[in-house]
Amino acid sequence: MRDGEKTYLKRFSRSERAVHWIHAAAFFVLLGSGLVLYLPSLAAIGNRGFVKDVHLYTAIAWAFALLAVVAFGDRKGLRRTLNDLDGFDLDDRLWLRRYPTKQGRFNAGQKLNAAVTAAFAVLFAISGILLWYGERDTRFRFAGTIVLHDGLMWISLVLLAGHLYLSVIYPRTRHSLRGIVRGDVELQWALEHHPKWVKDVRASEMEDGAQG
Amino acid sequence: MDIERPTAEDARPYGRRTFLALVAGGASSLLWGPAAWSIARDVLLPVAGVLPPPLGDLVRSGWRIYSVTSIPHFDRATWSLKIDGLVERPIELSYADLRALPRAEQVTDFHCVTGWSVSNVRWGGVRFSDLLAVARPLPAARALGFFSGDGAYSDSLTMDQAQLADAMLAYEMDGAPLTRPHGAPVRVVIPEMYGYKGVKWLNRITLLDQPFDGYWENRGYDRNAWIDHHA
Repeated sequence: MRDGEKTYLKRFSRSERAVHWIHAAAFFVLLGSGLVLYLPSLAAIGNRGFVKDVHLYTAIAWAFALLAVVAFGDRKGLRRTLNDLDGFDLDDRLWLRRYPTKQGRFNAGQKLNAAVTAAFAVLFAISGILLWYGERDTRFRFAGTIVLHDGLMWISLVLLAGHLYLSVIYPRTRHSLRGIVRGDVELQWALEHHPKWVKDVRASEMEDGAQG
Repeated sequence: MDIERPTAEDARPYGRRTFLALVAGGASSLLWGPAAWSIARDVLLPVAGVLPPPLGDLVRSGWRIYSVTSIPHFDRATWSLKIDGLVERPIELSYADLRALPRAEQVTDFHCVTGWSVSNVRWGGVRFSDLLAVARPLPAARALGFFSGDGAYSDSLTMDQAQLADAMLAYEMDGAPLTRPHGAPVRVVIPEMYGYKGVKWLNRITLLDQPFDGYWENRGYDRNAWIDHHA
């Protein structure tokens, strides 16, 4: 796609962007409502029953929204992306050891971030369900549940700070924000940060062209 | 259709391994997490000062606030504590009346049944023996029913439990008047039991011939919430 002098490359499908923003929105609502419920200095804020409902139903909405994307979205594209995120080739492994190797659609750091985020989402859900159900059946009330739920929150805050720094503040990487907001990125930026990805896109375009 | 990728064959599934390892490690932390957190807290304590107050609170004090309703508000000038039931002299004490009773102080640990604890909480308040002396329980009175001013929460203790040396009706915490989240103006403190026995925002005590199931006991919790001294 051309826009004036610049060429843009499609980076994220609508389904992928939906998955990202469902997580982002849910995280902020759950963080805010969770802190109000737990912290002494915030506990007197607002209607507690309402805050508790916001927390609970946001979690449920988050899960259903993800299911909806999987059910009605671009499943094939999501599976291909999942595959991209899973595999660490030699370049990725060297990149993790700080060699400046060429990166594909995702660099090794982004791949790790995706794996950590997915694992945390699962663990947040497990510990959240246990917190909820443990009040109803004491056999499922464990001392470690709240430690896990809180610990995930703490680590997530640190990871989020790094994520926001790279996507919003740091000049060399912040162009990536456009990809997750609008779906495409500048070709020049992609060549600099994800050259193997650009090569793959080119190859598949040529193949499509040859077949078409 | 498949695109030839020079490095695709040597790709290793580190993504799913990271995911699975974290899920397994996190789930297993249900067992080792509490012990690890108590060590981590000692390390974090010195840096808690630089955290914003709400998060700093969490590291410093370890308190978490539980309530089954919104946090109620009471004015100490108009609040009163009713003592009724099996007593010779049903009575309604003002906050000033309560403060005029013999004052007791103690430093005890607080344990929540959901797994967190706060060490060395300094409580100021009134022993139940001094409080009950005002209303003079009848011989038939064997238990105390506690009712929260939140309109929803209640619990009970046997007379013996309430007379434990470190059980009290607290109006101060850590040298300051009890704050709203912690149960102002007064709350029940019984350190040898889990925190859910400590009714907050208390405004009525009824003397009974036997204890009853309170809010959480109606939902499956033990009526006698003795803490395990494993930690």
